Amino acid sequence: MLQIKNLSFSVKDDSAGKEIIKDISLEIPDGKLIVITGPNGGGKSTLAKLIAGIEKPTSGQILFNGEDITDLSITERAKKGIAFAFQQPVKFKGIRVLDLIRLAAGRRLTTADACVYLSMVGLCAREYIDREVNSSLSGGELKRIEIATVLARKSMLTLFDEPEAGIDLWSFGNLIEVFRKQREEIADRSIMIISHQERILNIADQIVVLGSGVIEKQGDKDDILPELIGTPAAVKNCQGISEGV
Amino acid sequence: MDLNNIQSYLLKEIADIDGKNLTGAYNIRSDSMSIGRQSTENIEIVSKTGVSGMDIFIKPNTVGESVHIPVVMTKSGLKEEVYNDFYIGDNADVEIVAGCGIDNCGSHDSEHDGIHRFYVGKNAKIKYVEKHFGSGEGTGKRILNPVTEVYMEEGSTCEMEMVQIKGVDDTERKTVAELKAGAKLIIRERLMTHNVQRALSDYVVSLNGDGANADVVSRGVARDDSYQRLDLKIVGNAACKGHTECDSIIMDNGNILAVPALEANNVDASLVHEAAIGKIAGDQIIKLMTLGLTESEAEEQIINGFLR
Repeated sequence: MLQIKNLSFSVKDDSAGKEIIKDISLEIPDGKLIVITGPNGGGKSTLAKLIAGIEKPTSGQILFNGEDITDLSITERAKKGIAFAFQQPVKFKGIRVLDLIRLAAGRRLTTADACVYLSMVGLCAREYIDREVNSSLSGGELKRIEIATVLARKSMLTLFDEPEAGIDLWSFGNLIEVFRKQREEIADRSIMIISHQERILNIADQIVVLGSGVIEKQGDKDDILPELIGTPAAVKNCQGISEGV
Repeated sequence: MDLNNIQSYLLKEIADIDGKNLTGAYNIRSDSMSIGRQSTENIEIVSKTGVSGMDIFIKPNTVGESVHIPVVMTKSGLKEEVYNDFYIGDNADVEIVAGCGIDNCGSHDSEHDGIHRFYVGKNAKIKYVEKHFGSGEGTGKRILNPVTEVYMEEGSTCEMEMVQIKGVDDTERKTVAELKAGAKLIIRERLMTHNVQRALSDYVVSLNGDGANADVVSRGVARDDSYQRLDLKIVGNAACKGHTECDSIIMDNGNILAVPALEANNVDASLVHEAAIGKIAGDQIIKLMTLGLTESEAEEQIINGFLR
């Protein structure tokens, strides 16, 4: 289980500090799929980076299975079972898809075993396994490879930052299927997905709406989703701006 | 062929051979002596007279054969200059594996200067692989100054993979190529320097015939206090295409000078150069750390991939 206690994060903006995450407390229980949604710039990606250790909080605590991991490095958190699928996949020169999947799995998988993860994200494994993870791949291909590497980690907690971004319509159904399977296969492991997509929100156990660095809504999917549909957050925010709020 | 431990280790590093798995034509040179040689029906290896080195004759239409000519040096203070000339017959398609490994445990410098000339016949294809490697705890330097000259006839293809793995204290590499019509040259150079090593690599590729095509890519990693200078020049004298790229990772107190140059002497010459120097991208390290690697393990993986 992941517990976030009074977490805050600020960045220096000119001379003043700008608070991106404001005193957030949240729990991600084992075996649950949590979807974090909300307007752009609301702090969703920052929250995921704080959990993965890529950013360090200004204050507050992060506990993973009861252990305080607030001061642990990215590597230490990864070894404890936290995986993170980047919103913008990183490109390399010379590192092949196979290498990346092997590094993710933490062992020398056979090519056939590695291919399974590519097939899971709808890529023809044979065509991709020896290709370099570089700019010759399209955004959608890189994104699917990113998700495949994270699946290969088989982590206790997996964070997906907008997995649908750059994925075409055909692959989207595949992606939903991947999350469904993950849910079925993992008894005590949990998934946190940052997403705006209704189809992803629809497979959540719980939905958290994050806006302006605070949790605006939180609860079971069946309670939150009907509230979200038909009440576009963007419209609300625009009204806020025009009203000077 | 009987090899001692150092010979075996060096041969494995530079040419992936153990003395038992050799097939085709070969010559193994150790401490200035040939310790094993084999010619085949289509590939003849003959010692030069007057200077140290060999003439290697590959008959026209020889397809699918290979030549291995690795060099190892295990004695400190040895300095040699070796001339190897390759005559590749028309329509041949062969692989040539060279390379030099120096183990210097002494206090004197060891130096191997290999001058390789390739005369590539019409429509012939060669793949050339050359690896340079240094080892040993001695204070004497390991120095390698290779000169590679490639003269390509019409329609020939030459793919060259030249790698300096590690442990070479000082190198001055010079590569010259002249291409006739329809010839194609692909060069992939990989250089890694560390400690206070110095590597200079100069290329001059002249595209002299219509349809000639060259793609020269050099990737380097300069660590510690090492220095690299990459000087890549393509000259277009016909309706040709040329591309050159220097791509370097700088680390620690490394120092890199990239000097790409293009010269067009024909209105239909199309030449492109790219050069980039930078440290390892932070997001690459972070990505690999999220897969459980430490920062230094991530760096090693990124460099190994880059120099693959």
